[in-house]
Amino acid sequence: MTTTKKLWIGIALLALLSPLGLIIPALFGAGGAWGEWGAEEFNKLIGYVPKGMQKLAHLWKSPLKDYAVPGQAQGLARRGLGYVLTAFIGIAITAGLAYLIANVLGRKNREK
Amino acid sequence: MHIPDGYLGPATYGAMFGATVPFWAFASWKLNKTLKARQAPYLALGAAFSFVLMMFNIPVLGGTTGHAAGTTLIAVLLGPWAAVISVSVALIIQALLFGDGGITAIGANCFTMAVAGGLTGYGIYRLIAAGSDRKSRRRVVAGAIAAYVSLNVSALLTAILLGIQPLIESSSSGQPLYAPYPLAVTVPAMVSGHLLLFGFVEAAVTALVLKYFQRNEPAMLA
Repeated sequence: MTTTKKLWIGIALLALLSPLGLIIPALFGAGGAWGEWGAEEFNKLIGYVPKGMQKLAHLWKSPLKDYAVPGQAQGLARRGLGYVLTAFIGIAITAGLAYLIANVLGRKNREK
Repeated sequence: MHIPDGYLGPATYGAMFGATVPFWAFASWKLNKTLKARQAPYLALGAAFSFVLMMFNIPVLGGTTGHAAGTTLIAVLLGPWAAVISVSVALIIQALLFGDGGITAIGANCFTMAVAGGLTGYGIYRLIAAGSDRKSRRRVVAGAIAAYVSLNVSALLTAILLGIQPLIESSSSGQPLYAPYPLAVTVPAMVSGHLLLFGFVEAAVTALVLKYFQRNEPAMLA
């Protein structure tokens, strides 16, 4: 097996393990990353939502927000499955785009 | 450390795009000259690896979480400019598709994690590893230290970008318009977690994968 193939298998394994990124923080009762709160959470944190943030916070509606498949019920198991799915989707798109860029950038050096 | 939309005011997020775009341009130019066709799959692997690594949230004291990024590893194996591009790709996809990091903050996040992370990691690695054999232990140690430092540099830069917002973007009555916490709060909050935990995770991951490459594909450590 080529090294690249082994590495892709490694990445696939990481994707399958990605729910740990949900489960472990939940076990420790940890919230999200510092400084990545939703705008509304600031009401709880400081009693108000900064005005500029209010305007910008909902600028973009991402299709797979927070690595969850839309329409999913809550519950750790369901969210974990959604995490794995979005991990594979994200890996595929990221790898595809990076590969495309690399090929465009390296086109002069094709023979080497 | 992905900064969401609404945390940075236009002066900052605009400036960060201004700071990052030249690095993207230069990295593209550099790769155009040096990237070999056979390396393209590795750029894809690097971007994918960075992407999935950032999904592993690790809890830290204080009730928040953080993650490793893999930037230094990519810089060591493919060069700093490949790291800049591949980690930027991962970050942009994360922002666009998954709402992880804001759209206005893409310049800032790419600067802190891809550019600063990639260049610091590479620089420190080259400094410590200088002259050593590519299969030597020194290479692995160099990678680990470089990864640790570079992740903390990214965290510090993020903390600074957030912490200056109350200073430069406040209403006439003094109320912060964007990220409301000052440097005295953001710097300890962000840097502590990365100094005490995430930096070590990044270092360990980098060391492990470098060891793997030393055994299986040492040519990539040239």
